[in-house]
Amino acid sequence: MTGTLLSIRGLTKAYPGVVANSDVSFDIREGEVHALLGENGAGKSTLVKMIYGLVKPDTGTMTLRGAPYAPAEPRVARASGVAMVFQHFSLFEALNVAENIALGMEHPPKMRDLAARIKEVSETYGLPLDPYRTVGDLSAGERQRVEIIRCLLQDPRLLIMDEPTSVLTPQEVEILFRTLRKLTSEGVAILYISHKLEEIRALCESATILRLGKKVGTCVPREVSAREMAEMMVGSSLHVPERKGGDLGPILLELNDLSVKSPSEFGTSLKNITLKVRSGEVLGLGGVAGNGQDELLAALSGEILTAPGAVVMEGQPIGTLGPTARRRMGLLTAPEERLGHAAAPDMSLTENALLTGSVRQGLEKNGFLKWGKTREFAEAIIKRFDVRTPGPGNAARSLSGGNLQKFVIGREVMQLPIVLVVNQPTWGVDAAAAASIRQALLDLAAGGTAVIVISQDLDELMEISDHFGALNEGRLSDIRPAHGLSVDEIGLMMGGAHGMEDAHV
Amino acid sequence: MEISSINPILLLASLIVAATPLLLAAIGELVVEKSGVLNLGVEGMMITGAICGFAISVNTGSPVLGLLAAAVGGATLSLLFAVLTQFALANQVASGLALTLFGLGLSALLGQGYQGVKPPAFPHVDLPILSKIPVLGPILFTQDFVVYLAFFLTLGTWAVLKYTRAGLILRAVGENHDAAHALGYKVVRIRVMAILFGGACAGLGGAYISLIRVPQWTEGMTAGIGWIALALVVFASWKPWRVLLGACLFGGVNVLQLNLQAAGVAIPVEYLAMSPYLITILVLVIMSADRSGAPASLGRSFHASN
Repeated sequence: MTGTLLSIRGLTKAYPGVVANSDVSFDIREGEVHALLGENGAGKSTLVKMIYGLVKPDTGTMTLRGAPYAPAEPRVARASGVAMVFQHFSLFEALNVAENIALGMEHPPKMRDLAARIKEVSETYGLPLDPYRTVGDLSAGERQRVEIIRCLLQDPRLLIMDEPTSVLTPQEVEILFRTLRKLTSEGVAILYISHKLEEIRALCESATILRLGKKVGTCVPREVSAREMAEMMVGSSLHVPERKGGDLGPILLELNDLSVKSPSEFGTSLKNITLKVRSGEVLGLGGVAGNGQDELLAALSGEILTAPGAVVMEGQPIGTLGPTARRRMGLLTAPEERLGHAAAPDMSLTENALLTGSVRQGLEKNGFLKWGKTREFAEAIIKRFDVRTPGPGNAARSLSGGNLQKFVIGREVMQLPIVLVVNQPTWGVDAAAAASIRQALLDLAAGGTAVIVISQDLDELMEISDHFGALNEGRLSDIRPAHGLSVDEIGLMMGGAHGMEDAHV
Repeated sequence: MEISSINPILLLASLIVAATPLLLAAIGELVVEKSGVLNLGVEGMMITGAICGFAISVNTGSPVLGLLAAAVGGATLSLLFAVLTQFALANQVASGLALTLFGLGLSALLGQGYQGVKPPAFPHVDLPILSKIPVLGPILFTQDFVVYLAFFLTLGTWAVLKYTRAGLILRAVGENHDAAHALGYKVVRIRVMAILFGGACAGLGGAYISLIRVPQWTEGMTAGIGWIALALVVFASWKPWRVLLGACLFGGVNVLQLNLQAAGVAIPVEYLAMSPYLITILVLVIMSADRSGAPASLGRSFHASN
């Protein structure tokens, strides 16, 4: 169990303008869970893509069980016993489970035999799946099972998992971990990428830390604190957002029995959602992705119209008002998807600032745009939120994910909203920037704004929320004070284990 | 003349002749679209196939060689589209429209000197025994072999897409090219092959018009069949059997309205002329109400970045 499975020596990969990996070396032993840690852009994805044969290293070598290993394509990697569960699911929504799995295999058996094997393996590992269901109808957790089972059917020696728990409830995470431990007891090594440091402490035996493409250290996760690991990743000490618990003011926004049919085919419809937010309150809404978050944001922003009384702001029914009218009243929103929804990728930051800011900042008059004032507004956002860009004339697309996120959140915060709704405010943002975004949200609440934060990051919600609720299949759980909630209680609010069971045997 | 002068058996037999070019082009385009590529150049590839087939069979005296040349001609033109969209990452809609315009011009150029020439006759294949069946025999089993080819092409396309691994991979590429790439499938190669297949089918369809259905060469003689084929694929929800049904329907109404015109029915000619389009679209719209959707990557360019 202690032999070296994969050893990596001096891997380097450069893209035009960026060195994604520079001279990275480490070993993965058989049967261990090895964590790969690092901020966004630290080079984790490139590294695992090289191991999986999707990207060719510029220099450096790998050896797998003593033999040179240089996969030219994923097929070769799979044949050598390396399997990968992707962060963004690599599934085909219109195809069924068995077809999806067959596509990931070199020599798939006949469909009927494959379906039987899927059933058998999925039950052995406590991940029940119906081989004939269309993947588009499955929940995020079930889709991940499809990916995992696709890997398991190939008897992998090394399983690479990229952020596997970001779509799971705490109970599902527990069961996944038991499945993974069962695999390691059979000698399978797991290379585990996650931002959730407590999970890494619970699961992993060793960790390699990357920063800006270089290996900056190793540690045994059980022996160090999450904070120490975070500081190794960032390379400096972390600022923890502070909140000055103020008194809550009057109710600013209410949803009354809001039911909305999802506009997209594979979306989740909202069912009977009722909630209230007060001035100065931060309401955290958790839940696994795809349980109605996008639809709720759309119903709040005015992209989906509802019955007038279903959305009430400061006593006025606004369910039939569109986004611009709601912005004028002070209800601002920042959706999750940065490129395409929150920002227009090919327009400059100035133009993007205008798009949501024109009403409240007075950036247009009689249909003519005030470019000077808009540019000042964009520059103010860039300055206050430390957005790293040469200037407001740059296209939104040219910013890194974290920087653009700071810009789109900052743009709403700077407009001094009365009610602010954000979805995944720190998704893909590094720890330091995430802390400053959270601080900005808390400051806004302290100034009397009602803030609704929709997020899948439970630690974030626990850190900043006054009250907490969870979305599950389009329904909202009871809303409870966030202080003192246990992980178990939160998990149950999020819908429990969704029919998962422990690994048999 | 009265409606009673129309012979239903002859009518149905010519329905099949009218449906075949449409079916060939549409099946080819169905495969292309299933791989996630939208090639609007069907009309251009058909007319190119029509003149290539016509010229070669006039010069060699062999209709079979002509058909082969038509397939090669259509595929060659589609190769241009493949290079533009798969390697140069050009916009598929613009490239497809350009392909149609280019094909129309090219065929007019190639066709100079062939106007009024008569191509060698195409042999009919009377299937033994089957062709003796009353009614059905003369309708279904005394056609030329391209009709049978088109039918088996439909059957084959359906079976390959549904039951084989190659078909599964093709659908996967059209559904989510990023995921297919991540699993190690050669997205561009698969799409280029699909585009070539589509081109060859469209070329065959075009040659069927110039060699068998009409048979002679006139500029622009495909007269919009390529566009109907494109619409047919969409309205048939990317299902081969519905394409066959739609092609027969269109061919049938077309033949019927021509017969009605000849019979001197008191309906204005304009209404009769538009009826095949109208009826085909209506029926297929009703049938496609189940919303079984388009391939999710349809029309999107793929580039294997990072």
